[in-house]
This record gives sequence, structure tokens and C-alpha cells, in this order.
Amino acid sequence: MADLTTNFLGISSPNPYWLASAPPTDKEYNVRRAFEAGWGGVVWKTLGSEGPPVVNVNGPRYGAIYGADRRLLGLNNIELITDRPLEVNLEEMARVKADYPDRALIASIMVPCEEEAWKAILPRVEETGADGIELNFGCPHGMSERGMGAAVGQVPEYIEMVTRWCKKYYDRPVIVKLTPNITDVRKPAEAAKNGGADAVSLINTINSITSVDLDTFSPEPSIDGKGSHGGYCGPAVKPIALSMVSEIARAEATHGLPISGIGGVTTWRDAAEFISLGCGNVQVCTAAMTYGFKIIDELTAGLSKWMDEKGYTNVSEVVGRAVPNVTDWQYLNLNYVAKAKIDQDECIKCGRCYAACEDTSHQAISMSDDRVFEVMDDECVACNLCVDVCPVDGCISMVPITAGEVDPRTGLEVQRDYANWTTHPNNPMAKAAE
Amino acid sequence: MAQGQIAPGIVSGRLSSDELTSNFTDLHPPLAPHEAAVAADRCYFCYDAPCVTACPTDIDIPLFMRQIQAGQPEAAGETILAQNILGGMCARVCPTETLCEEVCVRETAEGSPVEIGRLQRYATDSVMVGGSHPFQRAAPTGKTVAVIGAGPAGLACAHRLAMFGHDVVIHESRPKPGGLNEYGIAAYKSTNDFAQAEVAWLMKIGGISIETGSVLGEGVSLDGLVENYDAVFLSIGLAGVNALRAQGADLDGVRHAVDFISDVRQASDLSHLPVGRNVVVIGGGMTAVDAAVKSKLLGAEHVTIAYRRGRDAMGASRYEQDLASSHGVKIMTNVQPVAVHGNGAAAEVELEYTSSHDGQLSGTGEMIRIPADQVLKAIGQNLDGAPEGLNLDGNKIAVSGAGRTSMGGVWAGGDCAAGGEDLTVTAVAEGRDAAMDIHATLVS
Repeated sequence: MADLTTNFLGISSPNPYWLASAPPTDKEYNVRRAFEAGWGGVVWKTLGSEGPPVVNVNGPRYGAIYGADRRLLGLNNIELITDRPLEVNLEEMARVKADYPDRALIASIMVPCEEEAWKAILPRVEETGADGIELNFGCPHGMSERGMGAAVGQVPEYIEMVTRWCKKYYDRPVIVKLTPNITDVRKPAEAAKNGGADAVSLINTINSITSVDLDTFSPEPSIDGKGSHGGYCGPAVKPIALSMVSEIARAEATHGLPISGIGGVTTWRDAAEFISLGCGNVQVCTAAMTYGFKIIDELTAGLSKWMDEKGYTNVSEVVGRAVPNVTDWQYLNLNYVAKAKIDQDECIKCGRCYAACEDTSHQAISMSDDRVFEVMDDECVACNLCVDVCPVDGCISMVPITAGEVDPRTGLEVQRDYANWTTHPNNPMAKAAE
Repeated sequence: MAQGQIAPGIVSGRLSSDELTSNFTDLHPPLAPHEAAVAADRCYFCYDAPCVTACPTDIDIPLFMRQIQAGQPEAAGETILAQNILGGMCARVCPTETLCEEVCVRETAEGSPVEIGRLQRYATDSVMVGGSHPFQRAAPTGKTVAVIGAGPAGLACAHRLAMFGHDVVIHESRPKPGGLNEYGIAAYKSTNDFAQAEVAWLMKIGGISIETGSVLGEGVSLDGLVENYDAVFLSIGLAGVNALRAQGADLDGVRHAVDFISDVRQASDLSHLPVGRNVVVIGGGMTAVDAAVKSKLLGAEHVTIAYRRGRDAMGASRYEQDLASSHGVKIMTNVQPVAVHGNGAAAEVELEYTSSHDGQLSGTGEMIRIPADQVLKAIGQNLDGAPEGLNLDGNKIAVSGAGRTSMGGVWAGGDCAAGGEDLTVTAVAEGRDAAMDIHATLVS
């Protein structure tokens, strides 16, 4: 049985699944129930400065995108940070941490971009016994209009400055949560590292409008006929999160900086993918908001089973395993040649591959009168679209051509050697092969 | 067991009114919107979809599935009705298991096709519930066409002709329009008087009048019609019923299954409809299954279908056979009726086992007698009373192209015309296509 115990920044938790700072972690009642259900840690719903708390809208806070049978694929929210008094949250955090010393408890914080504000709150958070703090530089709605959240996360200089204050006034680990609403996520990550951050966590939610009501022409979620962009999350954002995580994991300036992966983690497989791309743990929100805390049973059992099958005994053995395989397009091997192959025994003859290839791709699939679909190797560029649209898992596969054989499309022999765009004769910027 | 079920002879009231009401509700209840969305979402939007090819009326099934998915069931309904104006009835009675759903790639993939029939009903119901009629009549052409028979073929032909601006007069021999939709279809497939509602909706196109009680050969002659109208479409169905060649076939209690079914369809109170305690249905087609299931639903204790060949040769689909079995109907195969025994009224049916060699059926000499106070004959219908002067193809009116008969200006379609299966959907296709040909002829 694989050991799921995770040590992230010296913070131990029985498994790598933390609940992200969000509605599920807004109060003692929920967090206790999450810990009872088996979650490894929580990042408490973001705290604001002392004084009157923020107020939320009193209409819908969420909007959704659905797949078949109303399966929730994407969720959007316009909720703000905690709307409960700071002292109430701090008292609850202290009680919960005392009762669950083996679980990670992280305080998420968002206060104005002034040194005094951070200086004021950090000692109080430290008193709760929380294991660390996460700086919410990612919330894209509401708070960003007040110069906080994503408004800070979009300016690397501010990130570095605030992180530095935190390291100055707080002794435990500091995690900087990054916004994806930025052109190059490596810059804020580097700024966090320069400011002394112990880790980054990403992604926060993405600016989004889920839909428009075509009767009222109001964006959704609609508050009295008006809508504001919210933050998008859930399974739909996972590919964006994986890419951003991988960029930070492989960039020279940030390589090795611990990462807490966030963005659409729904099953154990998603978690394993984030971890393989360099995350020391993962944070989950939408899946729990969709199905409840009980999903932790599948998340832990699934990851453990997969690790057993692969022979990994500790989560740390998986961290970053896929990072060396993330590269730039220009370094992809142009001598690798594959062809689509349709397994006729598996084919159900729907013709989707044919429609996709014929209408929108390379006209490389033939269709007979009796609905037999076959790949024409002399036209196939191995784009994979047929695989992606085929409703039968495993029916169409991409089969590499062995070096030395001729590619019927080009008439050229497939080369054994690796060769990429940087040395390709068609590249005007090509350098001579070294 | 209710006392009524074991009462001897052919009697009414075997079941309580509540039981009868429950028994004769929709076989497949309509889909709710979410059920429809989930069911339609299973459609893969196949290229050159096999289901469309299998549909006699060529309904663009993937398109209407996508329209349901996209939240516009009325648009889906219009897609269906543009090809098949009786798409609502066809959704209820089509043997989809041997047509569109049989070839659905989901059937290939997982043995569970997209529920095309039920989704078609969902879509067409949404149009009819709204009460609107999505088709418009072209400017009047001044031409008038006679349609003989207000069954599926005649109605489809009339509607298409009316769309083109022609006037149509339908001559119907029975008191109500609808043909087998009204008098023949299993009651549990067409509830709430749907056949009449559909005709009323169809008539909203305008330009169509129906003269009921107007019988060809009785005051109306084909020659007279040809003389008085610009074109004639014959959709007279199969009015004759094949005779049972067995000793005792004239005993009380022996009757045609189509008459029994018609009685059930037209009954205002099923508790007054008599049915036997031991019912034997002779035949193996859809009519046999419908009659057998109805007998069972009315409270008959034992119902047996006796068919002279094997299961595979039955005209009723496997689905229909299973439907009968699930209602407690016993299906005996490879038996042929030799005699009906009884003193004035039927009491037993004597069957002989059969064997088949090179397609030739012969009795084995082994006999079996089963109790039968009611014997329903479902051994086929024939073209009885067809007008003189038309060439026949086998036992049906010979047609070429889109229903052209051997007589100029006269078209035919539906069960009375040669070619195609005797299905509602086939009749609709033939009526529609004949209308296109009539229109082309009239305007040329």
C-alpha cells in the first residue's frame, strides 16, 4: 500500500489532497467535517483585515457549464473573501488546528497592499497555530477592483513586495497563489520566489461569463439583470492549469520551487497528473462543491492503487516525473512519423472520423458503400483528430512508422535520428546542427 | 386471481375498471424534458447516418436529435414532420427495433440504441401540444385531387398536395378518418384518441375535406372519380381478411383479429368488451401479437399465439414477441390449426405440429388440443373489393415509379399497393411520394 503522506514545505498531511481556499473551507463546521471525511488539509477561506467584513451579493454567486446529463464541467463564482469577522475565523482556526494536529491548516490572506495591513494580521494568524499562509493574489472579481487579489497578482513587483513583507513578519511557510489572468505566469512565479516565497499555488480562477440569458440579455450569473465576470474553475480549466504549472516547473528561474497544484482536480488521475508536472500536492474545490467531501475516498484510494501498480511507495517519487518531457514546440522530433489506424473490429461505423477528416482535416479517411472506414496512409498527417472524435475508446490509434520504412505521404524514408525545427532547412532561422 | 378471469366463455368485465385503465395506458410513457435531453445526447451525429437510411420516410434523425440537444424540440418536430406528416403516430407505432434503432451505431456498440422512437414522440408532441401547424399552403392551383381512404397513405398524400395548393377531397368508407391508425393499431400504443387529434392537426393545412361513409363501388366509382377530378390517389388498404381453412371455423367464438382489435379501439368502456377465458390467436404477425396482448390486458386467463412456422419466420419482430411473452402470452410455433371443436361454440382448437423441408411446410401427424373459447384469426388481409380495370401485382395494385397505376391519372399507395412493407411509415412515404409525382404531373 503506497504511502500517501505528504510533506509539503515541512507541513505534513496524511494525503496530498487539500481543500482549496473557497466556500467549503469558510467555517469550522465544514472544515471539521472535511477532516472527518479524510481530507489531508485545508486552506481556510481567505481572511481580510480586521473591521467590518466584506458583503456578498444576495443573488446567485455561481454559474455553470454542463456536459451530458448536466454533468458539471465548469463553474464560475462571484463570491468574495470570507464575509465573517476576522476574530471569528481566527478563533475557529485555532480550535480546529488544535483538534487535528496531523492535518494541514493554511490561512489564506488578502489585505490591502500596504505593509501595515500585513504587519497587523500576520501575528494574529500565527497565534492560531496554522501551518502556513497562502497569499490570495488571484481572486479575479470584486476584490481586484479594490486593488487586491488578481490586481496584485498581475503586477510582479507587487507580488515580490508583499511576499517580502510576509516573510518579514511571519515565520512559517508562505505560499503565493497565482492568477492565470496574465500573459506569462512565469513572471509572477519568479517574483514570488524573489520575494522569498516558499511555494506558489496555482491556478486561481479565470475571468469568465458562463452564459447570457437570451430573454433578458443579462450575463449569468445575473444579479437583478446585470452580470459581472466571475472566476472559472472545475474540470474545464484543468488543461490551462497543467500548462501553467508545467511552465513554472521547467523554467530556469523557478525550477524546483515547490508548487501546490490547483485547477479542476476531480479524480485521482488529475491529481497524479498535476503531481507528475511538479506539484508537491494538490488543492481541490469544485469537485467537492459538486459531489461533497466523500470524493476524498476515491481520490486517495485511486492514487494509492495507481502508485502500487507502478511501484511507487511515496508521493514524492512521482513529483515532477513528467517535467523533463515538457518542451518547446521547436524541439519536437520532426522525424517522428505516425499514422492513424482504425481497428475494424472495434469500429461501430458512425463515420465521425470520416466527417471530421474529410470536412475539416486532411481528407485521409475513405468510406466504402458498406460503411468501412479506412485510413489512407498517403494522406494521413497523424493529426489525431479522428482519435479525438471517435466515440469508441481505443478504436483508432496512432501507430509510429519504424525508422527505415517509407512514409507513403511524403515518399521519404523515415529517419532514425532526432531532428527538430531549429535545424530544419525550411526554417529561415535554422542553425547548423551541432 | 380475479374471479372474472376464470369465468368460462366469452364475457366482459373480467377485470375491474381500474385494472383496465392501468392496462391500457401508454406502453412507453412520454419522455420528460431532462430525460429527452439525456437520451438525445447519446446520438453520435453519424455521418450519412444508418438510421436515416433505414427510415422509409428518410427523417433526418441526427438533425432532430441535435435540435433536441440544443433546446428546440419544436424545431426537431418540424424536421420530422417535414418528411413524415404522421411522425407523431409513427413515433408510437413504428417497429423501430427493426428500422432506425436496429441500425443505430449505439446498438452496435453497446446493444442499446438511441431511443429514436420515444425522442421522435417527444419532438412531435411538442409541436402538437403547442397547437401550431408549421406548414403553409401555397397559392391555390385550381386543381382538385380525390384521395380514396383516409389512412396513413391517403392523409400523407392529401397533406402534401394541399401544401402545393391543390384542393383535396378524401373519400373514407368508415365513420372516422385515420384508417388503421384509428381502427387497427394496438390501443396501448396510441392512447388518448391520438389518431383523431393527429388528423385534426394535419387538417390545419387547409384545402382538405373528408367525406366519411363514402365507399368506392357504392355510389363512388373509379371511372367517375377520374372524370371529375384532376387526379386520383387510391389508398384503400386491405379490406379483405383471409379465411381460416379448418373444420369448425364457422363456430361461434371464431372471428377475425382485426375486427376484435377494432372493437377494442372503438370501445367507449372496456369493461363492457367481452373476451374469452382461453384465447387462441392464429397467426404470427403484428396483428396476432396485438390481438393476443389485448386479450390478456382485457383479462383472459390463457392466451396462446399459434403460428405454423418457427419464431424467425414470424412477421412480428422479436421485440413484439417479447412484448407478448412479457404479458403472459404463450407463443406456440410450428403448429397449424386443423379444427375448431365445440358444440355450437368453440371449446377447443386442434393443432397439428409441422415441419419444414426446403421451405415446404407439412404436418407431422402429431396433434394437440388446447382449450379455446375464443379463436382470433390473424392470418393476413387481402385486397378485397378493389376497383376493376387496374393491373395487379400478385394480390395488390401494381404500381411503377411513385405509385403510378396502370390507369392514367390514378396513383396508389399504402397497403393496397404492391411493394414495401405494410407499415404505417411505409404508407406515409408512399402517399407523400405519390403526391410529389401527382403535383409534378398536374403542373407540367
